[in-house]
Amino acid sequence: MAKPKVATTSLAGCFGCHMSVLDIDDRILKLIELVQFDKSPIDDIKKFTGRCAIGLIEGGCCNEENVRVLQDFRAHCDILISVGDCATMGGIPALRNMVPLQECYEEAYLKGPTVHNPARLIPNDPELPLLLDKVYPCDEVVKIDYHLPGCPPSADTIWEALVALLTNKPVQLPYELVKYD
Amino acid sequence: MSATIDFTIDGKEIKGQPGQTILEAAQQAGVYIPRLCYMKGLTPWGSCRVCTVLINGRPQAACTQPVAPGMVVESNTDKVNALRRNIIDMLFVEGNHFCMFCEKSGNCELQALAYRLGIAAPKYPFMFPKRELDMSHADVFIDHNRCIQCARCVRASRDVDGKHVFDFADRGAHRRIAVDAEAFLKDTDLAVTDKAAEACPVGAIVKKRVGYAVPFGQRLYDKEPIGSEIETAAAK
Repeated sequence: MAKPKVATTSLAGCFGCHMSVLDIDDRILKLIELVQFDKSPIDDIKKFTGRCAIGLIEGGCCNEENVRVLQDFRAHCDILISVGDCATMGGIPALRNMVPLQECYEEAYLKGPTVHNPARLIPNDPELPLLLDKVYPCDEVVKIDYHLPGCPPSADTIWEALVALLTNKPVQLPYELVKYD
Repeated sequence: MSATIDFTIDGKEIKGQPGQTILEAAQQAGVYIPRLCYMKGLTPWGSCRVCTVLINGRPQAACTQPVAPGMVVESNTDKVNALRRNIIDMLFVEGNHFCMFCEKSGNCELQALAYRLGIAAPKYPFMFPKRELDMSHADVFIDHNRCIQCARCVRASRDVDGKHVFDFADRGAHRRIAVDAEAFLKDTDLAVTDKAAEACPVGAIVKKRVGYAVPFGQRLYDKEPIGSEIETAAAK
């Protein structure tokens, strides 16, 4: 039987949650026995090659590209997991949610103390993904099946959840593995 | 000592004292009822409703309701815990609770209750309100982003410190902790040694220059859920 496929992505995140996946140390060899990675920065596969059992989402949605990628994951994955505080509640990028978008642009490109922008232009190229009005947690955009909070969730948290799902057991994490920081 | 008042919580027989609240009698018997605005030594307030129990089927705040003979109390049941989870969920989405950089994380009662009740993420949409910081005082700051309006600082300052530094201003969704309608914390006689400076269950009123004093893994609620100290004390 073919190994189940796992896909991962980092939306509005810092790749810290992906680092935490790698932090499972030598268990990564066991993981490779259990699963095959599909679309993921880990193997640099850019497009889904087929149906996936599990999708791990790091980061929330701060722009239209994040939304498209997230919807693509929802369409291709049986189980979608929000990994980390950015995916579950917006996280650090959501600190801009209290500031109107125009003010964010002006601070970043016009008024900021280290800004050098003699042309006084705010980038507006069609190639650039359009920013959303605010940063959205993943479950406000698509249905999410499991949340693994943490900044980042510990390697043990990710490992225990993945192994439970891959072996058809309920995801019941011990108390010390579910933390918001 | 006067006669005890016998009642049950989740089928367990409890012997309360006259004048005790349900929460106090339960705690004495080693039964933890989750609570947030309650703090030992302060006048019960009954505002957060996290300690809600069903008394003969009716919801009541265990921190304010006195014990009465024969009452049948439900506390640690799926139905009651679902109510508590909803309250905690709402508190998380109506403020800005960024645990990942909060000094209180690991020692925060709101966070600890969410852990105990098994909340991985709140189920409501986040509101991301714009709230202010008051950094004016030399030793203490207020971060309104994290305030859950439990009024513990209000009661501690008024009843223990005898100062009445804090109270509420505005109404409804705009209600907030204030030191005065217009003044800042520096304009008050709050001292860092006051009970009010350490009464906050979350990271809204914080002492400066303490920061992240206790490492991960050693903080209050890293290993054991909030309330387990009450449950294990009774088991001994």
